[in-house]
Amino acid sequence: MSKQSKQLSEEKLHAYVDGRLDAAHRAEVEAWLKQNPADAARVDDYRQQNVMLQALFNPVLNEPIPLQMHPQAHQRNYLQPMRYAAMVGGMVLSGILGWSLHSSVEQNSQQPVLAMVNRAALAHVVYTPEVLHPVEVTNEQEEQLTKWLSKRLGNNIRAPHLTAAGYELLGGRLLPGNQGPVAQFMYQDARGMRLTLYISSKMAGKGDASFRYAKEGKVGVFYWVDEDLGYALSGELAKPDLLNVANAVYQGLNQ
Amino acid sequence: MDNMNANIVEQIPRLRRYARALTGDSHSADDLVQDTLERAWSKLYMWRRGSDLRAWMFSIMHNTFINHIRKNKIVTVSMDDDVLEIPTRATQEDDLHLRDLTAAISKLAYEYREVVLLIGLEQMSYEDVAKVLGIPMGTVMSRLSRGRGKLRSLMAGESAPVLRRVK
Repeated sequence: MSKQSKQLSEEKLHAYVDGRLDAAHRAEVEAWLKQNPADAARVDDYRQQNVMLQALFNPVLNEPIPLQMHPQAHQRNYLQPMRYAAMVGGMVLSGILGWSLHSSVEQNSQQPVLAMVNRAALAHVVYTPEVLHPVEVTNEQEEQLTKWLSKRLGNNIRAPHLTAAGYELLGGRLLPGNQGPVAQFMYQDARGMRLTLYISSKMAGKGDASFRYAKEGKVGVFYWVDEDLGYALSGELAKPDLLNVANAVYQGLNQ
Repeated sequence: MDNMNANIVEQIPRLRRYARALTGDSHSADDLVQDTLERAWSKLYMWRRGSDLRAWMFSIMHNTFINHIRKNKIVTVSMDDDVLEIPTRATQEDDLHLRDLTAAISKLAYEYREVVLLIGLEQMSYEDVAKVLGIPMGTVMSRLSRGRGKLRSLMAGESAPVLRRVK
């Protein structure tokens, strides 16, 4: 206390405000502030500034991240050409099985379907990593789940059983889609690999139930339209494996 | 890539908080974040694995912010046309309204604003701030000192008339 520096450096004063001094320097600053009320008032005000900045802007941390900020939305730009290539050159199942070439003329009528594929892949990457809350309603309440989703989508929604393909239903959730509510069912195999089935109602144009494939980052998506329901099965699986499951889904839905 | 996705997504809330404080409105802020993320994505190959991703993203946001100012997407005061020399008046009021703080920040030259926010709001170390803004440590400290001083004067200036009327 007795040996005080003549001047407190401005840097030290700020480092004190920000709590970046060790005990010895802190004591030195505190001793100075006792003798220099003007600096003490500044320190108080600067600390108050930090507190107020936190109070004012910390709530932003809890705001939901807008969809377009999600990496999936960014990658879409890069993958667009690839997806068209996959669509035009892509293998398509017409009827249930039987490959044929997909006509590029169909592309325009496919816009809502493509939007659905995007959202399905996005919903897949958002929810599959969840440990505690992967689904909103679990498989234990499957009947309530499908009843609820059917009511909200205005359609008869069923969760196909994929046990034969090695996947168990975890449950599902209701999500906002492009044209109203959509449903997402989640499945998991013995290794913990998760798949999601995204179901959207009010799909424009009658589909021919042919499978199409798109890839969004690591996520592969088989999608098709049946009656006025659009389906997208997403998973980080090799294409043939995902196709197997897609067939199981289709069969499960049409039993 | 998936890890990188997750790491970048993890930064978004902080980038948004900083952008909101920096620009003062949520629309410009999200615009700034969006452009920052797009730049980050296109430059991801330049990021050195193991280096501090937060500092890297914030420095991209700094460059994007400067760009937005140049393109007049964000209107702000610069140190060059800084004429806001309001005499300092010591104030002990604890209940200064947060609204006044927003107004005061918006009147602060952006060079000061960045330093004050990165340190006071983002709680970044002085060294990281120097890295993020690409300026020497000495400049960080002098901007911090002037920035806080100005913010204090602005707040005092804003609340003074109200106090006088009460008396």
